[in-house]
Amino acid sequence: MIPLKSTAELEKFRESILSKRNSDKPCITICSGSGCRAGGSVRLAEVFKEELEKRGLQTKIDVKETGCHGFCEKGPLVVIYPQEISYVQVKPEDAAEVVSETLVNGNIIERLVYSNPETGEKIAHENDIPFYKYQTRLIFGNNSRTDPTSIDDYIALGGYSALAKALYGMAPDQVIDAVTKSGLRGRGGGGFPTGRKWAEAAHLTSDIKYVIVNADEGDPGAYMDRSVLEGNPHSVLEGLIIGAYAVGSHEGFIYVRAEYPLAVTNVGIAIKQAGEYGLLGKDILGSGFDFKVIIHRGAGAFVSGESSALMTAIEGQVGEPRPKHIHTVIKGVWDKPSVLNNVETWANVPVIIDKGAQWYASIGTEGSKGTKIFSLVGKVNSTGLVEVPMGTSIRDIVFKIGGGIPGGKKFKAVQTGGPSGGCIPESLLDSPVDFDELTRLGAMMGSGGMIVMDEDTCMVDVARYFLDFLKDESCGKCTPCREGITQMLGILTDLCEGRGEEGDLELLEAIAEVTKSASLCALGQTAPNSVLTTMKYFRDEYEAHIREKRCPAGVCKALFSYYIDPAKCKACMICFRNCPVGAIVGEKGQIHVIDQTKCTKCGTCFDMCPKRFGAVTKVSGTVPAPLPLNERAIQKAK
Amino acid sequence: METSLEKVDHIVDSYTCDDSMLIQILQDVQTEYNWLPREAIVRVCEKLQIPVSRAYRIATFYTLFSLQPRGRHLVNVCLGTACHVRGGPRILEKVQEITGISAGHTTADMRYSLERVNCLGCCALGPVMTVDGEAHGKLVVKDVEGILNRYE
Repeated sequence: MIPLKSTAELEKFRESILSKRNSDKPCITICSGSGCRAGGSVRLAEVFKEELEKRGLQTKIDVKETGCHGFCEKGPLVVIYPQEISYVQVKPEDAAEVVSETLVNGNIIERLVYSNPETGEKIAHENDIPFYKYQTRLIFGNNSRTDPTSIDDYIALGGYSALAKALYGMAPDQVIDAVTKSGLRGRGGGGFPTGRKWAEAAHLTSDIKYVIVNADEGDPGAYMDRSVLEGNPHSVLEGLIIGAYAVGSHEGFIYVRAEYPLAVTNVGIAIKQAGEYGLLGKDILGSGFDFKVIIHRGAGAFVSGESSALMTAIEGQVGEPRPKHIHTVIKGVWDKPSVLNNVETWANVPVIIDKGAQWYASIGTEGSKGTKIFSLVGKVNSTGLVEVPMGTSIRDIVFKIGGGIPGGKKFKAVQTGGPSGGCIPESLLDSPVDFDELTRLGAMMGSGGMIVMDEDTCMVDVARYFLDFLKDESCGKCTPCREGITQMLGILTDLCEGRGEEGDLELLEAIAEVTKSASLCALGQTAPNSVLTTMKYFRDEYEAHIREKRCPAGVCKALFSYYIDPAKCKACMICFRNCPVGAIVGEKGQIHVIDQTKCTKCGTCFDMCPKRFGAVTKVSGTVPAPLPLNERAIQKAK
Repeated sequence: METSLEKVDHIVDSYTCDDSMLIQILQDVQTEYNWLPREAIVRVCEKLQIPVSRAYRIATFYTLFSLQPRGRHLVNVCLGTACHVRGGPRILEKVQEITGISAGHTTADMRYSLERVNCLGCCALGPVMTVDGEAHGKLVVKDVEGILNRYE
């Protein structure tokens, strides 16, 4: 039957896969996304296989390494089918017990079950865990059910039926019409209507047109594209082929960061398999439509994720942006019409074709349809990838799904949109998240990074951090971006190091406006967002840095000091022994004191002081004078 | 260098001498040598019939490329936003203090090369550093020395 030559053959093949599979057969699935891999999931899978072999169970129980499940905080994640028992933070030494207790005896191991930190309730099924419960996983859902290196897994779940439907049941303009009516907007940051982009390319007469997947996901703190490409590469490929058919393209590129080696590998395997199955290459599914794909690995340049820069990189040149008086849709790679969408956008296409534009458009808000995957990271209890309908409130994402802030700390802000985005304060937590609302707040959707910050985060330092990032990543081609970022960074560094002056904020605002309006590409145009939003919502912090030379969050080293609270110090000698510069004065039975002239503020004492004492604190402003020597003896409890 | 340049020829040939694949070719060459020796760059350009300056422009633009030999172990400290707010900069300081080099450099004994990277995509484990691709997560300053010592 391979290669598949028609819709009927695809369906028959799907049935044959399903008939060979027994849904009652026990299966251990292990999340093998990047987060769980870093936590040791590869070794864990090996141990499970060894354990099954040892017991002669290898033919009775399957082991499957799947794509990213999203709940990275609790990795490595294991789900046991058919009961769908979910185990979190599973270690290799747990494997034997999982096999004997759960798979053989059918008992749930309490210790490995997720425990709700608020209620203490043990939850044994993924769908009942709050992190998953409040999500709508249109794009991301199949990740946990498929082995990304198996095209059969994808086909078994209905994969490539959207492609068959488009090729055999829809004319190219009907496909474009469906995408337009679905309301799909680009998930890479800009939010440009995808259907409009496709229509523009489709109407051009050109011997060659290109379609491109932008997988140069450079925003720090955003990794949803990586997880989709690693975990379900065929969904992206299917979307791309449908798009190529719609606009009349026969050649495509997948531009992926070299920092994502697993994504490169998995998408390479997917391309090879799709070719063998007749889903890629000549005469796809016997329809007469030809299409081929080439992978390009980026080599580490944030700006190369910008559309015109990415296309220049595909040509084998330095990936710098160029003026877009003529859109890349009209003149892109080698001056040919080029449709570029990001990973998540392409992965939405099969869903739209499969379920229909109307159904898709029923999800989301007026101006933003469908779902969006966010990477919820930073100071939040349940770090991970979260897919929700557009319009979900930030509060629901951070508190209901993310479980709030760790350590009883206070929420301060959430930063969206990567280095181009902005910070949203607590007062706006109930804002619905969609393209237009985030832009209105001065932040932006970006690729969907959502970094939670608590009271220990300094907003001036955050703005400085993003500009420092952008200073390195600005290609330097245009002056407003190159110089604007450098000058703003200079001022912010002064503020963080205690050299802030009156008038600095006004100067920052002025430079920000020029950089915003005069830069060549979106990198420079959006670079001031983090400065402008933090100044708008957290002006008091800026003023404390300038007027009082204080860093209220205790982050900017020049503006706070470590101080040992004499009422809490138990003279345990831990900080004394660990201080790398010998700045702590004390002995057994004598309350310790930090010699401020020697202290380098490395924070070792702060980290090492036992939590039950909590004697080492940060003081912003004047440090209280140390106790006189004769009053330092520890008072024994009576 | 004579014999090893054959490897460069192989790499360029595997891309059918297509100069649009220059960035890919240089990546493969770097994988082979662990850095980009001048002889190798020149050979690539000869085979592709392009000016050497074009390859150097690329090699100096992208952060992935190194024009200097790199150490036996590559230490990447993540300074993505999630790691930044969770204390990544202090991890970097500690690594710098132990190795005596700043980011972008290699120790004199060729033991470590140190780089700062902008997000490794395992934010749940932040702050993170990788040594030779192996991730070490949820780091605190006092763990750093022990981890580095494991790599000879």
